[in-house]
Amino acid sequence: MRTRRPATLIALMLGCLALVATTVSACGSATPGQTQLVVEIFGDLGYHDLYTKYEQSHPGVKIVEHIVSYDDHHKNLQAHLLGGSGTGDIEAIDGGYISQFKVMSDKFVDFRDYGADPGQWLPWKSQQATGPDGSLMGLGADVGGLAMCYRRDLFAQAGLPTDRDQVAKLWPDWQSYIATGKRFKANTPGGVAWFDSGSNIFNAIIGQAPVGYTAPGNKVVVADNPAVKNAFDLAVEAVQAGESAKLATFSQQWNAGFQRGSFATVVCPAWMTDTIKQNAPQTSGKWDIATIPGGSGNWGGSFLTVPKQSKHRKEAAELARFLTAPEQASWIFRTQGHLPSQAALYNDPAVLGNTNAFFNNAPTGRIFTGAARTLRPQYQGPKDGDIGPLIGLGITRVDKGKQQPGQAWDQVLKDVANATEP
Amino acid sequence: MAVIAPPPVRTERRETAPVKAERLSHLRRTFDVSGTPYLYIAPFFVVFAAFGLFPLLYTGWMAITQWNRDIPGSEHTFVGLGNFVRLIHDDYFWNALLNTVAIGVLSTVPQLLLAMWIAHLLHRRMRARTLLRMGVLLPNITSVAAVGLIFAQLFGRDFGLINWVLSLVGLGKVDWQSGTWQSWLALAVILTWRWTGYNSLIYLAALQAVSDDLYEAADLDGAGQFRKFRTITVPALRPTIIFSVIMSTIGTIQLFTEPLMFNPGMSPTGGDSREFQTLAMYVYEQFWTHGKYSYAATVSWAMFMIIVLAVGVNYLLSRRIRSSA
Repeated sequence: MRTRRPATLIALMLGCLALVATTVSACGSATPGQTQLVVEIFGDLGYHDLYTKYEQSHPGVKIVEHIVSYDDHHKNLQAHLLGGSGTGDIEAIDGGYISQFKVMSDKFVDFRDYGADPGQWLPWKSQQATGPDGSLMGLGADVGGLAMCYRRDLFAQAGLPTDRDQVAKLWPDWQSYIATGKRFKANTPGGVAWFDSGSNIFNAIIGQAPVGYTAPGNKVVVADNPAVKNAFDLAVEAVQAGESAKLATFSQQWNAGFQRGSFATVVCPAWMTDTIKQNAPQTSGKWDIATIPGGSGNWGGSFLTVPKQSKHRKEAAELARFLTAPEQASWIFRTQGHLPSQAALYNDPAVLGNTNAFFNNAPTGRIFTGAARTLRPQYQGPKDGDIGPLIGLGITRVDKGKQQPGQAWDQVLKDVANATEP
Repeated sequence: MAVIAPPPVRTERRETAPVKAERLSHLRRTFDVSGTPYLYIAPFFVVFAAFGLFPLLYTGWMAITQWNRDIPGSEHTFVGLGNFVRLIHDDYFWNALLNTVAIGVLSTVPQLLLAMWIAHLLHRRMRARTLLRMGVLLPNITSVAAVGLIFAQLFGRDFGLINWVLSLVGLGKVDWQSGTWQSWLALAVILTWRWTGYNSLIYLAALQAVSDDLYEAADLDGAGQFRKFRTITVPALRPTIIFSVIMSTIGTIQLFTEPLMFNPGMSPTGGDSREFQTLAMYVYEQFWTHGKYSYAATVSWAMFMIIVLAVGVNYLLSRRIRSSA
């Protein structure tokens, strides 16, 4: 055994530490002369083949994609923006989160500086990503649009028409949708419900109102806006008539509900068609798509942003513009079903003529673009994403018989007040 | 590797020139004897300061401001103890505390009793003993997320295995994820399943110190398994029980992943009426869902104080148990 002076020992320890540090920092850096762009998204936006195409036409650019779950992705982005480092060069933001991130629009590049024209997208889509100073912080990727998916076989059993145009005539508005539900329940044996969850019905109804939860100027108006109470009352009427399957959206039981045919209709944005197909492939051909009561709407859809933290803002902005250009968006819609948000494509025969074989060849192009085009833009505040679920819980409490509608509404108002105080 | 031995004492060489060198070597010697020990324990304290103490103090700092996600610049608004006053009048905080304590008691008590019994059984000589001893730890090393998902499915309302069995026996279906008692019970089952093995291994380790003579003598006296458990195993385990109760208490107060995964749709509200929203879930909801950073920090600090309080009570109780032993 040898003895060693402490100084030598410290030097040795520091040396080891330095060695470890350099090894770690050496990992993950791009080849010299190459620009590495990190794209962080949630779910699959169908970009994979487009990256390859872009890399071929832009030698020197290397694209790395990280896909994280919906909730985690947005939480990570929030944390990295707060912390001042750690974001990707391109970050996707969902339509449900964009108004929350707009509060920090100064942390994102203004795409107008990189030649983007807000008029390239549907007016309401660009407006959602436009900061108070007029800056364009996000480029529209896809939108949801809104339709009503329904089970032809269950409709036939209940003596309802199955042709999608006749079905659409059953529910010009939500009142008649709920009335049709009562008819369906009366003629259907067993536990098949009319729809999956009261909160989804509520969201579709409130989405069609001129004013939602927040008035311009970011004043929360849930308690004062009659449209919110009206949507709540309609949803409550439906669940009290026993029309709901009482399933939480995106839960395992909800997934199982598709496979077992637990409900006959479901509020359906374009991306939902893919969700149904993945969840219950064996129901192919049993589904069809009709227009949504009220005629218009949107649920979900995302934006691409470039945080100012990015060391390659110019290259990242260029890639984001490429990924959201009409040509690419049309290709994604035709191959993967994400509905485009680019205004030009709403007159494009290739998009309008698109049909979906899983849904009995329903004309998805025409139905979804119709709903997205006619949507009346509604102002969205930073707290809207928190408020919706709180009202949804109130409807669920009535649905499960835990509260009377009046009690549930009172608690909703209390919860909303609580959530929106600083 | 290197062993620090006291440097050889130098008595000769007492000229004037090397006085400086002498002083240097004296300094080095002093550092060697009284400095190096601190160097050796430094890694723990550096890590603790960075990941324990700093977050603790910073959270305390956040709690006296009004930092909100949606109000730029709000991190500079000071409200003093205003957030704590709000906390005291917050029904949902007390609800979360009640849920946490109730789920904790419902899971810890059967868990520790069961763990003691399993440790007692595993202490005996038997075939494949090591395999069985390792086996009880399996639930604990399974990913929490996977456990949460699988149990959420087992306890599913419409197509869950447990409700299927209940309906076979003629009992009605139970909506496990909605409703106070049923959700507490279901979570207690998940936690017991997950942590019993871990605790029984700790008890088993403590039992290694118990002389086999005691058990042999009891065997000669014709004592049964349960009698030996009560009069030998449990008294021998007393100090270890205190340890595991404290660990379980801390674990309970931080309970988060299991109830979050258990909620359909995985929202941090813990059921549509907050039936199983724990304190940690409440912090998460306030921070991430509502962006009330300061208020979330306040609840975190309350959790910290509750843990300190719980450990203090545990300590006092354990002193009484130890002295009565």
